[in-house]
Amino acid sequence: MSAISGRENALSASLPVRKIGWLERVLGPDNYRVFADLLKTPASILGFVLIGLFILIALAAPLIAPPVGSDPYKIPRDGFSSEPRPMMSEWRCNVPPLPFWWKPIMGTDQWVHILGTAQGQYDIFYGVIWGTRTAFRTGFIVVVATLILGVIIGSVSAYYGGTIDNVIMRIVDIFMTLPYILAALILAAVLTPKIGRSLLPALIALIAFGWMGYARIIRGDILSIKERDYVMAARVIGVKDSRILFRHILPNAIFPTLVLATLAIGDVVLSFAALSFLGIGTELGYADWGQVLSFARNWITNLGTYWYIVVWPGLTLVLFTMGWNLVGDALRDVLDPKMRGRI
Amino acid sequence: MTNYIVRRLLLVPVLLFGVTVLIFIMLQFLSPVERAALYIREIPKNERAVEGIIKQYGLDRPLYEQYWRWMVGHKDPTTGERKGGIIYGDFGYSRSASQPVFDLIRTRFPNTLDLTIWAIAPVILIGIWLGVQAAVHQNGLIDQAARIFSIIGSSFPTFVFGLLVLMLFYAKLQWFPPGRLSDWANQVVFSSEFRQYTHLLTFDALLNGRFDIFLDAIRHMVMPILTLSYISWATFVRVTRSSMLETLRAEYVTTARAKGLPERVVIFKHAQPNALIPVVTLAGFQVVGFLGGVVITETVFNYPGIGSAAAAAASQLDVIAVLGLAIFDGFILIVANLIVDVLYAVIDPRVRLS
Repeated sequence: MSAISGRENALSASLPVRKIGWLERVLGPDNYRVFADLLKTPASILGFVLIGLFILIALAAPLIAPPVGSDPYKIPRDGFSSEPRPMMSEWRCNVPPLPFWWKPIMGTDQWVHILGTAQGQYDIFYGVIWGTRTAFRTGFIVVVATLILGVIIGSVSAYYGGTIDNVIMRIVDIFMTLPYILAALILAAVLTPKIGRSLLPALIALIAFGWMGYARIIRGDILSIKERDYVMAARVIGVKDSRILFRHILPNAIFPTLVLATLAIGDVVLSFAALSFLGIGTELGYADWGQVLSFARNWITNLGTYWYIVVWPGLTLVLFTMGWNLVGDALRDVLDPKMRGRI
Repeated sequence: MTNYIVRRLLLVPVLLFGVTVLIFIMLQFLSPVERAALYIREIPKNERAVEGIIKQYGLDRPLYEQYWRWMVGHKDPTTGERKGGIIYGDFGYSRSASQPVFDLIRTRFPNTLDLTIWAIAPVILIGIWLGVQAAVHQNGLIDQAARIFSIIGSSFPTFVFGLLVLMLFYAKLQWFPPGRLSDWANQVVFSSEFRQYTHLLTFDALLNGRFDIFLDAIRHMVMPILTLSYISWATFVRVTRSSMLETLRAEYVTTARAKGLPERVVIFKHAQPNALIPVVTLAGFQVVGFLGGVVITETVFNYPGIGSAAAAAASQLDVIAVLGLAIFDGFILIVANLIVDVLYAVIDPRVRLS
């Protein structure tokens, strides 16, 4: 026992042995390097901080802004009058429970509209806080669904090649003909009368026109891995197509796609907000950032007075996307071998 | 190159067919009665009459037959008049705009084209200039500023930026109004003296010698142009910068420097033309993107273009109009993309000579 540890000591004394953390063990050396490089630039760290902040807000939403009624995603209304009310004006009717942090900080029991109200007396603060949850939910659902769809279609296309590949790639071209927002807008408008006003039509629309990018990327990666020796070896010993694809090729090809997908959450949330800003998507009064912003559209001439309807939800949306963009930018530099060593 | 262009041309019918099929599939979400708006203005209230219309226009026929009729139109057996028919530009009747979709496109598309023409020039010129400067002085002041600018720019959603622009320049400062024209100018434009040469408002105003109307039209376009260009500058700067950086490392640039040419000549005569090849493609796609209707920008500024028409129809769930506009958009984009791709092949000697 002591002899072994003695030898180890001698070894580590002569060679600088690098400690391998659990993260590196799980991810493998290449992928771990990507993560380590990511944490080196101040821009990406700021990005991670922003994302972390939003995750915290989403998790603590019931504590920050205690919900009223059974559906916390319904923005509480203080009456029905159309005129927006300024920041810090007091709640008159339908007052939600006071959050625990209010009294120690402000010293009063009077709960106010911290960020003011929009038309119809929808509280902007609640819209922003609970909208964070909506953002993560929609972002997560759309990204996971488009990723699965894209990976399946892309891998089938790449693995079989030939006519199948050709046909699938033309279908991808067709889906990419219309601009993303317009295409999603169309499909959501078509689906809304069928499904009714909810998150669903917009989600389906964003998924239906969002998978093509992943299909293209994974196809390219698979095409290069397909030629490797170990795939050939598997084929020679008669392994089934599906097993080769799922056990030998995909796990080696999927990492870049996976990372890009995670970072696409920012874009997805943006597109979703754009749809609900245009009046397609959630029902009136649902807590999502795009809808709160769309309230401003009826007050264009008075935006000088009612600036808070635009600025607060707008700022939230900008910070959210910026967080993902900062990390995404750093990631692209890390993953792009041409840029390696230059940043 | 001929090979490349022929292959690219062959793709066009495939895309056209594909887009029509895609839209046709979406049409199937509507009930047969609702689809009758493809052919007629008013859907009758009477149940028997509705059934007659479904029969008459074959809205209960097999899908391939319906697709064919949708494409080439349907002859009325009694009057011999053709109803519908995408290839003739008959996209059905828009409930929300109370006019045929084709008329909606005819009044709206010139506005979008006008906006595109005026928005693309500043984007390209300033974007390229900034990008080249950023690359030549890598990590210098302009480069850092451009980097921050492009990260913020790409994080700013169009509608947030647009609303902020509106808040500042319209609500606070009252410098630029939203919409298309002032009331007095509108009266002039719709009067008989004002000849419509091109249907592009700014150019027509100049051709009519009405400089005041030209200025009024431009004044209304300042905010949308600002919004559109702010978002796209970021991309232009980024692409120009990285392409320029790559070119500056090429051996022929080193050769030019070694010959003792002045730095100005090296950059603007030797490096820039080659570095701009990908930028030209980007500019092409940008034009295409603007033409496709800038849905959000046009909606925020209440600009009567094709994008705001689509958004308005969609928010009123006027599916026939939305899909009609989408078909038109699809056609425009397919043709425009083709032109960009061919131009790219012509410009880039590597493609041209292979």
